[in-house]
Amino acid sequence: MAPDGSARAIATPAPLRPARSPGVSSLERLARRRSTIAFVMTVPLILVIAGLVAWPAAYAMYLSTLNRRMTASVGFDNYMFMIESETFWMVAWQSCFFAITAVLLKALIGFWLAHMLHNLPVRGQRKWRGMLLVPWVIPPALSTLGWWWMFDPSYSSINWIINVFGFPDVPWLGHPWWARIAVIMVNVWYGAPFFMIMYLAALKSVPEQLYEAAAIDGATSSQKLFYVTLPMMQNIISITVLFSLIVTFANYDIVRVLTNGGPRDTTHLFATYAAQVGILSGHLPRGAAVSLFMLPVLAVAAFFILRGVTRRTREMM
Amino acid sequence: MTAATARRDFPRAYGKVGSLHRERLWALRLSYTSLIVAAIIFLAPPVYMLMTSLKTNAEMADQTLSPWLVRSPTLEHYGATLENPLFLGFFANSAIVTLLVVSITMVISVLAAFALSRMRFWGSQTLATGVFLTYLVPDTLLFIPLYQIVGGLGLLNSIWGLVLVYPTLTVPFCTWIMIGYFASIPKELDEAALIDGASWPQMLLKIFIPVALPGIIAATIFAFTVSWAAFVYPTAFITRPEEMPLTIGVVSQLVRGDTFAWGQIMAGALLAALPPVVVYVFLMDYYIAGLTAGATKG
Amino acid sequence: MSEVNLRKVVKLFEGGVQAVRGIDLEIADHEFCVLVGPSGCGKSTTLRMIAGLEEVSEGEIWIGGTMVNDIPPKDRDIAMVFQNYALYPHMTVFENMAFGLKLRHFPKDEIKRRVDRAASILSIGELLDRKPKALSGGQRQRVAMGRAIVRDPKVFLFDEPLSNLDAKLRVQMRTEIKKVHQAVKTTTIYVTHDQVEAMTLADRVVVMNHGVIEQVGPPNELYHHPATIFVAGFIGSPAMNFIPARLVNAAGALTIQLGQGLSVPVPADRTARYAPHASKKLLFGIRPEHLTETTRTDKQNLAPITVDLDVIEPMGMETLVHFRIEGTPVCARVDPAAGAQAGAPMRLAAHMDQMHLIDADTGRVL
Repeated sequence: MAPDGSARAIATPAPLRPARSPGVSSLERLARRRSTIAFVMTVPLILVIAGLVAWPAAYAMYLSTLNRRMTASVGFDNYMFMIESETFWMVAWQSCFFAITAVLLKALIGFWLAHMLHNLPVRGQRKWRGMLLVPWVIPPALSTLGWWWMFDPSYSSINWIINVFGFPDVPWLGHPWWARIAVIMVNVWYGAPFFMIMYLAALKSVPEQLYEAAAIDGATSSQKLFYVTLPMMQNIISITVLFSLIVTFANYDIVRVLTNGGPRDTTHLFATYAAQVGILSGHLPRGAAVSLFMLPVLAVAAFFILRGVTRRTREMM
Repeated sequence: MTAATARRDFPRAYGKVGSLHRERLWALRLSYTSLIVAAIIFLAPPVYMLMTSLKTNAEMADQTLSPWLVRSPTLEHYGATLENPLFLGFFANSAIVTLLVVSITMVISVLAAFALSRMRFWGSQTLATGVFLTYLVPDTLLFIPLYQIVGGLGLLNSIWGLVLVYPTLTVPFCTWIMIGYFASIPKELDEAALIDGASWPQMLLKIFIPVALPGIIAATIFAFTVSWAAFVYPTAFITRPEEMPLTIGVVSQLVRGDTFAWGQIMAGALLAALPPVVVYVFLMDYYIAGLTAGATKG
Repeated sequence: MSEVNLRKVVKLFEGGVQAVRGIDLEIADHEFCVLVGPSGCGKSTTLRMIAGLEEVSEGEIWIGGTMVNDIPPKDRDIAMVFQNYALYPHMTVFENMAFGLKLRHFPKDEIKRRVDRAASILSIGELLDRKPKALSGGQRQRVAMGRAIVRDPKVFLFDEPLSNLDAKLRVQMRTEIKKVHQAVKTTTIYVTHDQVEAMTLADRVVVMNHGVIEQVGPPNELYHHPATIFVAGFIGSPAMNFIPARLVNAAGALTIQLGQGLSVPVPADRTARYAPHASKKLLFGIRPEHLTETTRTDKQNLAPITVDLDVIEPMGMETLVHFRIEGTPVCARVDPAAGAQAGAPMRLAAHMDQMHLIDADTGRVL
């Protein structure tokens, strides 16, 4: 059997059509032109990815090995400096603590609210959903300004409510632990609606028959949750959590506006610390080194997201 | 089976229905309670911002009054903000940057998504994966090298620098969801168009774009909100107030450490947040479709 | 002139899968030709090659005297109706039908004239301003056909156009398609997996299996004279029974031995035809409708057999009875009044004029 049809077509040229050029048929040419057109259409995308993401990422690695004036290589000195610095370890610890706590809280609150929303009659869901997504819609840098004002040491409206219940003032942004909690609170406030929307979409995609079948099999509502809902949503839960982990870990806006890293650098995250070191203090290579410390965590999360997404795509086909 | 057993069964069955009903009622009560609490917490900051922006400076300074009430509402802060040339400049900068970035993004991503979803070519699969990976690279990883690169091009302290780098925030996700929308168009539709005599550009313009219009709207909204809210790049690249977009402008220029400027800050922040909120209010379904598309389409 | 000729057409997919293995087919002008076969038999691939949606790996396809192998779909002067209709969802019915003409720069009044004519043939005149979403399945199907008709092409191609419709509508649309063909007389190639559709619509049926043509012929010829066991089993419902059999020569007369003590005589006019195959492994093929109760006396050449019924299925106008001969399941169609009862023995008559003898090794009907 001829492995390739066209090969034989060349061997026996059709005598009836002299116009046919030997070898390449015009349909084939059409197909080839089509892939050329397709490539041309993706060139701008490739330029953006290569020029504005891949190249800067590679350049960051090079940059991180230079000295402050960027005139000579210092090898891994910038990294070593960071590893030996106490502030850096505090930043690393705070980044992890911040990301893990905030993502967990966002996921739990989002999941709970999605469930509560899903419980409502379908007609009422729209307006609740619309209201609850508002924190996600306001640019975080601007809504954080509002929070900052609410945490104001002397005019705090939150403290006013706390006082009403008979508790003393909380030094929100003045005390390291309260500041950490405040930063997490704002991030959870901003991000929980996103989780809610994602989980609500996932809940709606679970076929009603599965619940009916489970009910007939005698499942209680918690059994339905553990044996039907969670397995069906597993993939989207992990994708959302990992994605949020990346975004939260690399967060900048909230800390920059709310605490600017303070008090005494205790609330700095990798991103804000990198900006402080690299741009405000003018040591770009060292700033690049700080931000590159995020890379391993991001890469691991990205790997698992990609795996989840591919698996999901395959399931849906 | 006798009539007696049937009669005995009846009230029990009835009681079961009653308990089901009661269970449902409690679930609903729990739902409404949770949602009301959540709504109060979620809406409190913007509502408080609005209250602050309507208060007079004197009322704000009076610590004996409840901060959660507005006694004599005033629009003076809005007036002051809208007369502030600096603020109007921020607004113009944001509008120009966003408009350009959204246009660039949509052209790039619609073209690329059309090619990637319909015309297989060498490396197209890798490129699609690459698009998704790029989406996962946060801006905070790139802003330092980009600072150097943008500086090398002489575009620091210029909105053109922002127009250049913002596509890193928008293009990957928009391309990704457009691939999903285009891929969901049945293949027979292009075949029918092919037989009807459509060329590739005609197929894109007359079939794909109109059919995937909801996706295009969702992607446009995404690009718009992201460019409007972008914060990392402008804080890193822009220090001259005349070139600042709204986010960084409001945060850095209106905040002067003066306690009594809060009314103006809040008015500015709310005005700055208005465009995305308006888009959200009027196009909520598209907004949410775009938000969930990343995970459900891919 | 718009005949379609296929010459040694082969389709190789990437990875070496041979979907179509060298088929020859001549479809005459105005003919309604149906390609039928199970899924994966290559019928759709063949149609798509004719349409130009798939490249021809080997061989030639000619439409109206031109070899079209290298001609893109739009220049082949064909129109296609798809299984899922493939209507443009954002266009009205009118725009859907006009799209192909518009792209070919037809004048506006000509477009309108053609769309109106097609709409009146299909009686969808009042739907022209609607979007496809607002149409029922049958209406969408009509619009899809209208889109083909307005183009006035050399050839209509139908790819399983009725598969998405419910059973009742399918019967209705079948008649509709036949009516349209009688009105416009365009050469039509129609792909389906449903043998009833093939039988009812076609001037000629092409039965395909595993990428080759099993048999080409008018519907009745396929029914009465199938060439292969595949065609015999594919055409007709319920399907033909195949019972392992031996030919026995007893005192100059051939009989077909179906099992222990169950034999039927070969009709005298077929003795000469079957005699040379006496030593082969054979299958006795008979359709359920040719296995009936014995009370019918108007037919010649009835061979009586007695069987024990397993299951009976009353259908109203007839009753299907199921039984086994030497373990092989067999179905017969009897009169509801014949008194068939599950578990009871029944005397049936095999209509020997309608029987087939099949070589079990080659699958050829003898």
